[in-house]
Amino acid sequence: MKMTVPKTLAFCYLSLLWQRETITLSDLLRFVEEDHIPYINTFQHFPEEMKLYGRDKGIFTIESWPDYEDIYKKIIEVAIFLDLPRFPDITEDCYLHPNILCMKYLMEVNLPDEMHNFTCQVVKMTGIGEVDFLTFDPIAKKAKTVKYDVQAVAIIVVVLKLLFLLDDNLEWSLSNLAENHNEKNKEDKPWFDFRKWYQVMKKTVDEKNKKWEQARAKYLWKSEKPLYHSSIDKSVVYKRREMVVNLQKQFSTLVDSTPLIEKKGPSSFQFTWTEEDPDRTCFHGHSLQGILKKKGQSLTTKNSLYWLSTQKFCKSYCKHVTTYEESNFSLSYQFILNLFSFLLRIKTSFLHEEVSLIEKRLFKAKYGKTKKKSSRSKKARRY
Amino acid sequence: MSDFIEELTRPMPEDDGVEMSVLSGTGMYFPWLRKEAETAVTGGKKEKDFAQTTNACLGFIQEALLKHQWEQAAEYMHSYLQTLEDSDTSKRQAAPEIIWKLGSEILYYHPKSNVETFSTFADRMKNIGVMNYLKVSLQHALYLLHHGMLEDANRNLSQAETWRYGEKSSSQEILINLIQAYKGLLQYYTWSKKKMELSKLDVDDYAYSTATKNMVEHSWKTSIHFNSLIQIPGVWDPFVKSYVEMLEFYGDHDGAREILTNYAYDEKFPSNPNAHIYLYNFLKREKAPEEKLISVLKILYQIVPSHKLMLEFHRLLRKSEKEEHHKLGLEVLFAVLDFARCNKNITAWKYLGKYLRQTLMGNHLAWVQEEWNSRKNWWPSFHFSYFWAKSDWKEYEALACEKALVAGLLLGKGCRYFRYVSKQGHQGLKKKIKQMKKSVKKYNIVNSVL
Repeated sequence: MKMTVPKTLAFCYLSLLWQRETITLSDLLRFVEEDHIPYINTFQHFPEEMKLYGRDKGIFTIESWPDYEDIYKKIIEVAIFLDLPRFPDITEDCYLHPNILCMKYLMEVNLPDEMHNFTCQVVKMTGIGEVDFLTFDPIAKKAKTVKYDVQAVAIIVVVLKLLFLLDDNLEWSLSNLAENHNEKNKEDKPWFDFRKWYQVMKKTVDEKNKKWEQARAKYLWKSEKPLYHSSIDKSVVYKRREMVVNLQKQFSTLVDSTPLIEKKGPSSFQFTWTEEDPDRTCFHGHSLQGILKKKGQSLTTKNSLYWLSTQKFCKSYCKHVTTYEESNFSLSYQFILNLFSFLLRIKTSFLHEEVSLIEKRLFKAKYGKTKKKSSRSKKARRY
Repeated sequence: MSDFIEELTRPMPEDDGVEMSVLSGTGMYFPWLRKEAETAVTGGKKEKDFAQTTNACLGFIQEALLKHQWEQAAEYMHSYLQTLEDSDTSKRQAAPEIIWKLGSEILYYHPKSNVETFSTFADRMKNIGVMNYLKVSLQHALYLLHHGMLEDANRNLSQAETWRYGEKSSSQEILINLIQAYKGLLQYYTWSKKKMELSKLDVDDYAYSTATKNMVEHSWKTSIHFNSLIQIPGVWDPFVKSYVEMLEFYGDHDGAREILTNYAYDEKFPSNPNAHIYLYNFLKREKAPEEKLISVLKILYQIVPSHKLMLEFHRLLRKSEKEEHHKLGLEVLFAVLDFARCNKNITAWKYLGKYLRQTLMGNHLAWVQEEWNSRKNWWPSFHFSYFWAKSDWKEYEALACEKALVAGLLLGKGCRYFRYVSKQGHQGLKKKIKQMKKSVKKYNIVNSVL
């Protein structure tokens, strides 16, 4: 196995995982994209004496940011190659445990804290909070590691589906109820209004997305020290670089010399919400009362329906699930998927797959008899 | 291709008991194939983020240019310049042209840019690769001309003229000729300025002879420059015009005639109405025989029937002795008035009225009918509607009268236009209206048709 820069990054992640650091793979990849971790032009930081040429060019010329799925595969590859033993246990108090990660993501997307109870329940029912399930064991027959971040987010999606159904209908009716209640009772803890949340989140995410796209378009891939193949190339490559630098100087004088926004240090959180800001409503403290109803001793969701993200799982070797085709799903669902995919910088189909897998575990018993997509029998929630 | 993919990825219909998704009754289902198919579109390689971000950058530049946001465009251009170092060879070779086109646009309009920045940019872009030198030089020279810096433009063009790289390919050839031609144009400009100065001087003045000598020198240089370009098929109006002017000034009428005839009649050259107009004007100045003039204008008539020279053409045809020319004269008039451009041209209508009367007097009803047949369906509402009657009368009474005569002759005295105008003109233009009514009564074609 030949080492490459992406594999080096995978190796770094393995060490972080071994130490159970409070960083997920998506965070790591995001830091790479934001230039906090050298990856694109790592050779710039090498000492002067190290001359790179020839085959090094192929290794160190990076023209793509690391892709989650790709790095994930490489992590397993490297771990197996290095013959690593079972990693230290991921227990309930670890950052990477779904309960904690769910809390983190709930906060980040501005959902009520009360939802955390539901995520914990789902974690319990699907059994993905078990130590054996979570800990990475390369030696095991089917070496796999859990995609901690994707899974946590998938759980949140499932909980949202349980609570609001997300069929482009129920969530809005429930919002109407919440709105009416909030109008009449202004002093009480407000009921969580899905519609308001959607409006706030959509605006914020759209802004962030636009800035992200613009920053990406302006990204400068080439470094000061160009890489060349051989000494014949060298002069050509250096001359080209000089020309580009001159031209760039010329154009930078034409650019508005507004002071550059201070580049922010790396942070786990892309969005923060506080109670004090009147423009950006914070939904953390909102109550889920509006969508729950009493059933005997406990509360259960008003929504008693559910639909599955996928009908069939491929039973053959590849274990594929149905590919995500946007037009088949409700707009609310698409919005939720897009929101979380942007957060983690992964493809929506990837997240959709994970959601399907969680649902598979959750409805294991009922799954075999599935025919229709529409109604499912409800599952009672013990509050 | 995409339909094929849609087919494969559509969720399968309900199947009783068979959970296998690989093969089923309605079709095969290969989820992994989709990924392969996607990469097949890009030639087997997944698109690198470098390519993706530079494409997005290009999109942003284009958007900024469209919205005239020059600073933003400059900002994105700053990043786009890295395509000059693209590891993909084909993209790297295509980059200079794109950058030149977009960059020159930005620098042309940006408030902070000036001739100096543009020139530096042009000089740099000229020397990237070898294919762009001539094109960039030419456009740079045009930019300088635009800002009135004639000497700098001249210098630029001279430099470009002597540039050679490898074998002369055909595209290089034409660019070099174009460069020479523009140089020639600049020479012409100096020559023409000197000509104006000369006209103010007295023949006996000492400066006169030196000025004349100077001019000859310039003209000789100019002719060299123009010669090669004019041989190549193309549209070279400003060059031809200037060249002919100079040749005429020095009495070389044969040369001028040869060039103009070539320009107008050589089949390899694209069809260019101006060529015929130049030739016609030249022949008119030379007082060429009318037959010749008619033949030249005939071709112009076929290309641009609505040209204002058509009225002159009609006069020539009218004067001629041949009957076929007379018929053509009628055709030409009708053709001119087919176009809205000549709607309010009183001369055209006057001619038509007079000529119709003349033709009908000469017992050539068939000619008129032939022309009128294809037009009788739409000319009434195009020219002779009630709306036109009112507006024409309000705007220009004489025009209305002429039109009314034509209307009456073609549509009979019952037509609205004719009636309106005769009613309106009853008080003021009594005599004229009376004459009109008489002609219409005698000659209108409606009666004859019936």
